Amino acid sequence: MAALIQSTGEAFRRVEELEPISAEPSASDSLRASDQTVSSTSSIERVYRHRLPVRVSHWVNVPFLIILIMSGLQIFNAHPALYWGDRSDRDRPLFSIRPVQTGNDDIKGVMTILGHPFDTTGVFGYSNRSGRAFPAWATIPSAKWLAMGRQWHLFFAWLFVINGLIFTAYAIASRHITLDLVPTEKDWRDIGKSVKDHLTFRHPAGDKAKRYNVIQKLTYAGVLFIVAPLIVFTGLAMSPTIDTAFPWLLTVFGGRQAARTIHFIACFSFVGFIVIHIVQVIFTGFLNNIRSMITGWFIVKHAGASHEA
Amino acid sequence: MKHERMMERRRFLKGTLGAASLVALSGCDNLTRSTWFPAVLNKAEQLTEAVQRSVTPRDALAKEYEATDISKIFPANGNTDPGTEEYAQHVTQNFSEWTLEVVGMVQTPRSWSLAALKELPSRTQITRHDCVEGWSAIGKWTGVPVGDLMRQVEPLPNARYAVFHCADVDDEGIAYYESIAMVDCYHPQTILAYELNDAPLDIPHGAPLRLRFERQLGYKQAKYVMKIELVESLSGIGGGKGGYWEDQGYEWYAGI
Repeated sequence: MAALIQSTGEAFRRVEELEPISAEPSASDSLRASDQTVSSTSSIERVYRHRLPVRVSHWVNVPFLIILIMSGLQIFNAHPALYWGDRSDRDRPLFSIRPVQTGNDDIKGVMTILGHPFDTTGVFGYSNRSGRAFPAWATIPSAKWLAMGRQWHLFFAWLFVINGLIFTAYAIASRHITLDLVPTEKDWRDIGKSVKDHLTFRHPAGDKAKRYNVIQKLTYAGVLFIVAPLIVFTGLAMSPTIDTAFPWLLTVFGGRQAARTIHFIACFSFVGFIVIHIVQVIFTGFLNNIRSMITGWFIVKHAGASHEA
Repeated sequence: MKHERMMERRRFLKGTLGAASLVALSGCDNLTRSTWFPAVLNKAEQLTEAVQRSVTPRDALAKEYEATDISKIFPANGNTDPGTEEYAQHVTQNFSEWTLEVVGMVQTPRSWSLAALKELPSRTQITRHDCVEGWSAIGKWTGVPVGDLMRQVEPLPNARYAVFHCADVDDEGIAYYESIAMVDCYHPQTILAYELNDAPLDIPHGAPLRLRFERQLGYKQAKYVMKIELVESLSGIGGGKGGYWEDQGYEWYAGI
């Protein structure tokens, strides 16, 4: 086993027995340090998977993102329609969520996507006997209150940006990006297999589970370095002051209303990512995953151990 | 067996998540209603203002658009008619008696009739109005630069804000007002507009005179302006936060 790990270029640390480790390994690569116990049929290896700054920035982002999404939906509710370009031509939004009065004193919630209406009564447009785009359970504050929604949103936007900058600086300095997030040549070669594994819910085991697989790498890198900056810059493009300082923001995104639309799409990319991420965490060994994100240590079972599916 | 265990686990997770999110939500609402937490959130406004001012050149212009970009309908938000007897009289007189006063911390307080303002050099700009609600509209505004008026009244060195007093009151009789920093009065695009899209300003859009302060959000664009008062501090005016909307909880610095 040791030979195998070393042959793939990974330094590793061997500890006599499976004992709690008090000090954190100083290895520069989060996925390198390991200790393992070998029995006749199977072996369990403990791998130091996530370093402290990564864990901290991950967990503080959880409330930040939830608050940003929910206060953002509050802000969206103040004018629940999206447009392209610089101005809002109210007769032709790309997307809208409205309460619509139907014949017999009945109100329906209608979501209109590119001109196609959908009845979304009870969730979008009309919920709890109130005409509102996103329901009370999805917004901060829960009542319609744009001023407070903005206060929440703009405060946590700063924390999100500061956290993101610290993470990025650390990820560059510690080579987290180059070592853990950028797909290797082999990753690219095996991408077809990885796609197939994901579609058939087969999860890597053994040594392969020590590193992010290629789809994981691309997803994390995409969220961190495409979606997150996109949501920040489209947010800034909605600022009339920032638009005077950096007029190219309007050009790049296709106008202030287009920036607002992209901001909304990026928000729901985050929502989609979060949902899939949580599902994956649950189905690939919930406790092991959660432990590794809290303590850093991840357990890898080698041949003979039952396959975690 | 395994399936049952999974279902149980799923039910447990669902229950836990549901309960946790309910607790978190009502927790957020409690925080919103507390006095200390909104004060903490509001710290971001100062940081935003400091950073935005530091990265934005003082005279950088808001984007000016082409005539073809003008919105077919420019929505009028907030009050669309002051509704007071006094204002109604001005309307019947076609605003011939309307005056703009500039008072407060100035060397030489002055007032101008609407006609006199229209005699002064004007500026025309096709700009984007960004409402705090999220929508934008593009309109062509003509008016007198506020900076020109300031140079005539000569503000005292310790004047920090220009407060715009309006002719309208809300349903509870609270008068509208708005304020901007002195430095922003001198921005070339900060004008008191009397024309929208080549026509005299109509009542819903703030006739006869409204502020255009293009680098900030729509609620700063005071309508029905009667008086500009230069002050050192905003406390003691209205609710003390610097504007009608600010007193309702919106940020005074409306750059984003």
